[in-house]
Amino acid sequence: MIYFDNSATTKPYKEVLDSFVTVSSEYFGNPSSLHSMGGQAEKLLSQAREQVAGLLKVMANEIYFTSGGTESNNIAIKGAALLNRHKGRHLITSSVEHASVRAAMEQLEQEGFEITRLPVDKYGRISVEDLEKAIRKDTILISIMQVNNEVGTIQPIEEIGSILKKYPSILFHVDAVQSVGKVPLSLYKNNVDLCSLSGHKFHGLKGTGVLFIREGARLTPLFSGGNQERRMRSGTENVAGFVAMAKALRMTMMKSDAGIAELGKIQHLLRKNLTKIEDIQIHTPVQHAAPHILNFSLRGIKSEVFIHALEQNGIFVSTTSACSSKKKSPSNTLLAMGVPESLAESAIRISLSFDNTEAEALKVLSIIEKTVNQLRKVMK
Amino acid sequence: MNYDRILIRYGEISTKGRNRNKFIDKLKKSVRIALAPFPKVKIEASRDRMYVLLNGENGIEIIGKLKNIFGIQSYSPAIKVEKDVEALKQASYELVSSQFKEGQTFKITAKRSDKTFELNTDGINQTIGAHLLKNIPGMKVDVRNPDINLRVEVRPDAIYLSSETIQGAGGLPIGSSGKAMLMLSGGIDSPVAGYLSMKRGVEIEAVHFFSPPFTSERSKEKVIDLSKKLAGIFGSLTLHIVHFTDIQQSIREQVPENYSMTSTRRMMLRITDEIRKKQEGLAIITGESLGQVASQTLESMYAINEVTNTPILRPLISMDKTDIIKIAEEIDTLDISIRPFEDCCTIFVPSSPKTKPKREKVNQYESYFDFEPLIQEAVQEVETLVIKPDSEHRSEFNELF
Repeated sequence: MIYFDNSATTKPYKEVLDSFVTVSSEYFGNPSSLHSMGGQAEKLLSQAREQVAGLLKVMANEIYFTSGGTESNNIAIKGAALLNRHKGRHLITSSVEHASVRAAMEQLEQEGFEITRLPVDKYGRISVEDLEKAIRKDTILISIMQVNNEVGTIQPIEEIGSILKKYPSILFHVDAVQSVGKVPLSLYKNNVDLCSLSGHKFHGLKGTGVLFIREGARLTPLFSGGNQERRMRSGTENVAGFVAMAKALRMTMMKSDAGIAELGKIQHLLRKNLTKIEDIQIHTPVQHAAPHILNFSLRGIKSEVFIHALEQNGIFVSTTSACSSKKKSPSNTLLAMGVPESLAESAIRISLSFDNTEAEALKVLSIIEKTVNQLRKVMK
Repeated sequence: MNYDRILIRYGEISTKGRNRNKFIDKLKKSVRIALAPFPKVKIEASRDRMYVLLNGENGIEIIGKLKNIFGIQSYSPAIKVEKDVEALKQASYELVSSQFKEGQTFKITAKRSDKTFELNTDGINQTIGAHLLKNIPGMKVDVRNPDINLRVEVRPDAIYLSSETIQGAGGLPIGSSGKAMLMLSGGIDSPVAGYLSMKRGVEIEAVHFFSPPFTSERSKEKVIDLSKKLAGIFGSLTLHIVHFTDIQQSIREQVPENYSMTSTRRMMLRITDEIRKKQEGLAIITGESLGQVASQTLESMYAINEVTNTPILRPLISMDKTDIIKIAEEIDTLDISIRPFEDCCTIFVPSSPKTKPKREKVNQYESYFDFEPLIQEAVQEVETLVIKPDSEHRSEFNELF
């Protein structure tokens, strides 16, 4: 089996699962309980928080644990909009965001907020000039992803951050779910106020995530309840999940430097050989792209067909994002990049992790070639 | 331009005459503890300067660490240059040109403690100034308000160049003023009192009163967490935990309710004083602030203090609560202090404690019962922990992370 669908989810590290099991079975107390079991759980929780903060080079009181990327994005966007609605009702985002950002924005639109959706160029990148032009007096939040989950384009976070120095009242949210460990992000340096991460994208468990809220930035919580996570996210904390996530983040960051170089090599190998195949068009840009995602279309073959053909050979890839691939609508990102609908319907996404190897890539390439030849006979 | 050393200027140590070496040793110890994560660093101390030789370690992180060390007046990242005019010119040029941005001004502050060097201070100013003006186009001199102040110190062994002076924490090196016992309750004030005493060179050991089941494990945890923060300043902190339940119950039985608080404080002070004797401390530190609560009126202090003639240091005595909170925030103890667990001071609080207790009265109430055996027992059974700063401690869970 070759698993090349790591942007959908990653396999939890064994050490991560071990921590989860140990904490769940031995330290199952509720951190809010007064007795010592509660105390132990609380200690674990705060150690997890400190470790995540240390790895992200921020302060522990800026780390809020959530159930994942979707929740972090929702709290960041709706929480910022609700709190600041009296200051302004204008938000800026891009046209290639993840569904959880896109839909949160749509919901706010129905509530009377105005949304500017920045277009992208053929490489999937927004223009910083467009963004600056879109800023108005009543703009309260800008939400831009760091790495696009469908094609891997890296957005100009650093440039946006430096523009926003001039607009200190606008909150800057970065969805970094796809980039953790694979594309560095300096939260303080880039003036990021809010940042979303998801545990299962870096070998942690599903149901765990992080929202970074810069000290001083304020949001309205979305859940009412016991005021856990310093009022920001009510609900009994998933201590075992967060300990496991802290460990997964540490392991990922440790592998990061060597891993990024290796991913780059594998991606280059895939790109070089896929380009040679007739009828394959690669959508992932060469510049400003993450090293672990490669998106391409095989002209004339519906992606679903291609995916199942590969699966028969034990290779797992995705159509576009896992969230939208079930809806059978072509990738939003590709359409926004100006890729014709017919080609977008044939899109395939390969996404790598630090555990993948060049040998796997070579095997996948040969199977793709074989599959392409077979499918061509059938489809023509 | 890469700095290869950091030059540290002493604070009040420089005025300490014959005790100077002791002070410098204590400061060196503080610096060594703070820089323990950087094994390649070398520390050289001389009579009036200390040098941290970086040997390739991360200068920026080290500069951050030095900020919190007591006894440092100021410090500057520096370069060592051999005592040669050409070498000095070259190094000055490299240092200044690496910082220079279009339109900036500079000045040179030369000091010459080695009078045998061929140039005097005026000579250094002119020679180096001219060299820089000639080689860095667009730079101007401004002796009043320069953007870059190049300090040139000619010392017997070498010349040191630096262009930035960072303010240190001031105060005296920890340990240079002797040892004292800090009564650490878990509230906001006592950690601040401990911190301020450490700033004046006191080495502290903390004493905490623990009354299970009236106070919980969690309140003890809280005190341990506070101790970790204080331990961060000097590498470790000794914490004595006194089991106080029996004494507290005896007070409840023997002393009228409105005097129970006064009596409780007297017993705590007696026990702390016994521990101090054993640990060879010279004083007791409390977080008392005049008039803040019933036990902190002058009448109360007069009645409580009667049990010992050991000096009691009260660094917060004249401070307002808001100022204390500000310091607690700065030293990162506030969030721990406000965790909502009962501690030895909040439990058993009488509904109307005496704000003006009388010595005769409290002595009379205590005279019906012999507390001494209980006090001795509490001292015997004190639980002593050596607390390490946060990062080094949590061994019990570390494998989970």
